[in-house]
Amino acid sequence: MRKCHIFFLSVAVGCFWVGMMLVHSGFLERSEEARVSHRREWVGKLGLSDLCLFTEARYTRHPVTADLHVPFQDYPLAFEHFPSGSILSVPPHLRGKLLW
Amino acid sequence: MDELIQIREVRKVYNMGRPNELVAIDGVSLAVDAHRATVLKGPSGSGKTTLLSLLGCMARPTSGRISLMDREITSLPERFLTDIRRRSFGFIFQQFNLIKGITALENVMVPAYPTGEKYSSLKKRAAELLDLFDVGRKASAKVEWLSGGEAQRVAIARALVNDPMVIIADEPTAHLDTRLSQELMEIMRTLKAKGKTLIMASHDPIVHESAIVDRVVEMRDGKLVSRD
Amino acid sequence: MRWFEKQKNIVDFTLSALWRRKGKNITLVSVYTFVIFLVASVVYLTSSIKYEASRVLAEAPDMMVQRLVAGRHDYIPLAYMGAIRDIRGVQGVKSRLWGYYFDQTNSANYTLMVNEEMNIEPGTIVIGSGVARNLLVKESGAIPFRAYDGSYAFLKIGRILQEDLDLVAADLILLSRQDFRRIFLTPEGQATDLVVEVRNAKELATIARKIVTLLPDTRPILREEILRTYDAVFEWRGGLTILVLSGAFLAFIILAWDKATGLSAEEKREIGVLKGLGWETSDILQMKFWEGGAVSLTSFLVGLLLAYLHIYFTPAVLFEPVLKGWSVLYPKFQLTPQLSAYHISTLFFLTVVPYTVATIVPSWRAATVDPDLVMRT
Repeated sequence: MRKCHIFFLSVAVGCFWVGMMLVHSGFLERSEEARVSHRREWVGKLGLSDLCLFTEARYTRHPVTADLHVPFQDYPLAFEHFPSGSILSVPPHLRGKLLW
Repeated sequence: MDELIQIREVRKVYNMGRPNELVAIDGVSLAVDAHRATVLKGPSGSGKTTLLSLLGCMARPTSGRISLMDREITSLPERFLTDIRRRSFGFIFQQFNLIKGITALENVMVPAYPTGEKYSSLKKRAAELLDLFDVGRKASAKVEWLSGGEAQRVAIARALVNDPMVIIADEPTAHLDTRLSQELMEIMRTLKAKGKTLIMASHDPIVHESAIVDRVVEMRDGKLVSRD
Repeated sequence: MRWFEKQKNIVDFTLSALWRRKGKNITLVSVYTFVIFLVASVVYLTSSIKYEASRVLAEAPDMMVQRLVAGRHDYIPLAYMGAIRDIRGVQGVKSRLWGYYFDQTNSANYTLMVNEEMNIEPGTIVIGSGVARNLLVKESGAIPFRAYDGSYAFLKIGRILQEDLDLVAADLILLSRQDFRRIFLTPEGQATDLVVEVRNAKELATIARKIVTLLPDTRPILREEILRTYDAVFEWRGGLTILVLSGAFLAFIILAWDKATGLSAEEKREIGVLKGLGWETSDILQMKFWEGGAVSLTSFLVGLLLAYLHIYFTPAVLFEPVLKGWSVLYPKFQLTPQLSAYHISTLFFLTVVPYTVATIVPSWRAATVDPDLVMRT
């Protein structure tokens, strides 16, 4: 087969798979819906305020309820937790951007 | 004998206005007859390569006029000029200038790529040309693996892919031994017999003293020296 | 029709030319694909987590009220509940007891929480599946907890929460009020924080202001602020995300730089030959377009697909060391894709287009060279 035909065919196959990816993502979104609802239900039941992503420190586990001192633990030379501390931005309400 | 190409009072200056200004052609008028073999002869720096490129519509003159088949082409836009050149002229360069890393067959097809010709017919024609010059079996070989003689034949086949009226060769025997040079002139003879017009620039006696040559144009310092 | 044939011819030639420098171009495509893979992975992951938060935390409490002492989160007196309950618009106030427990034996942090509605029997606990995985325990097993006074409380596991609750409850341990006090010695009449239920969501801001006026050492946190936190959490301007993106961007610049600094002498010579053979300037530029386009398009498509497989099928296995950090306990990620044509087209315009342009533009000069140059040299 001509080189250009191989190339165009490959691109077509690639685009097809990207299309499949979009379809699959729609499908996955629907199939995950049950789990998402389940989690939402329990958030309401338990009155939770945060997702459980980083369990190593208070301010990474509960960024919402953290105060400004928590990353520094109990004394000034305490280290920040890396990399989760670097992934999470400071919550807006701690930066002074209150909604009330 | 009709005149195929006419150039009138043509001057070609490179790097005009700069310190390295070079007057390659200084007021040359010449007519090339169709179906004839014309040779440009002269020492290096005489301007024969420049004249060759002007005759082959590869370059524009700084001043003067060029006509092809009584049609003036001096001031045609690049697009039209390139199209005419592609259809009417086939070039054999001094160093062959085959494109490395692709096959002999692909090399022959390259000049016809921009025309958008159907691939299958182009490929067939290219293969036939290679067969004609006895390098058919090397069609799928990469050019780096060709011998000097084979490369020469591929270069000639390439020049013929668009079935041009005129074959232009610049010092075709410069890198060839006697045997290959004579083979080349033999091929030129067959091409002329087919009705092609040949224009060659060479200072090699094997070329300009060959029996097929109808006319020798001598050049020196960008001007014509004598005509016969 | 001719135009298509011509493009196919040019693509043929371009692919041959790319294949000639096989090693260099394969490396190029690999690095390019990796860059796309990295950026797309980050985009997919952050959009999924943001989606998760926005959906799941929609049921978070209307308002939480904390007490700050010397800038730090401290216990809040139960007496404050009365004052808040009296504010107009407040439907209910509940106290919450929760805290962190550090397990010395395996350096894991657990969130301990009291939940009255679940009526957990004293001596038993309900644990998240992350805890169970970590301690390799099953229901009816027991976990020892070191209390404030150095003694140990052995609490029996009554139930393990399902794995699909991991993203909110992987490290959670729910226990009775007595057991919580036994471990932490929370003083009577104090709670960790309060949860306020409001009749009309529009009044939240007003009520928050009233609370702060009445009780100046408190800090209300509204549900909207909770949602906003997670929206900001993975924003591209934040720490590591920008480091990854900058790295990817720089790698990309380097790739394009190689193209943008112009052609090698060999490439220029070859263009000269093509022009001598009858190729026009526009043909040369079309060739360069396909050269940049072929590399870009291939890398883009493959990178995108690999990123999708990485985040939603593995899931996020390459990012795990980064996301996990020092955590010993790590939730099972069950992410919902939030792909959008916007993300994909933005990535396309930020990568494929600039790279293709970087391939074409520097060739301009070489492409416009006189055809007779090949004769002169």
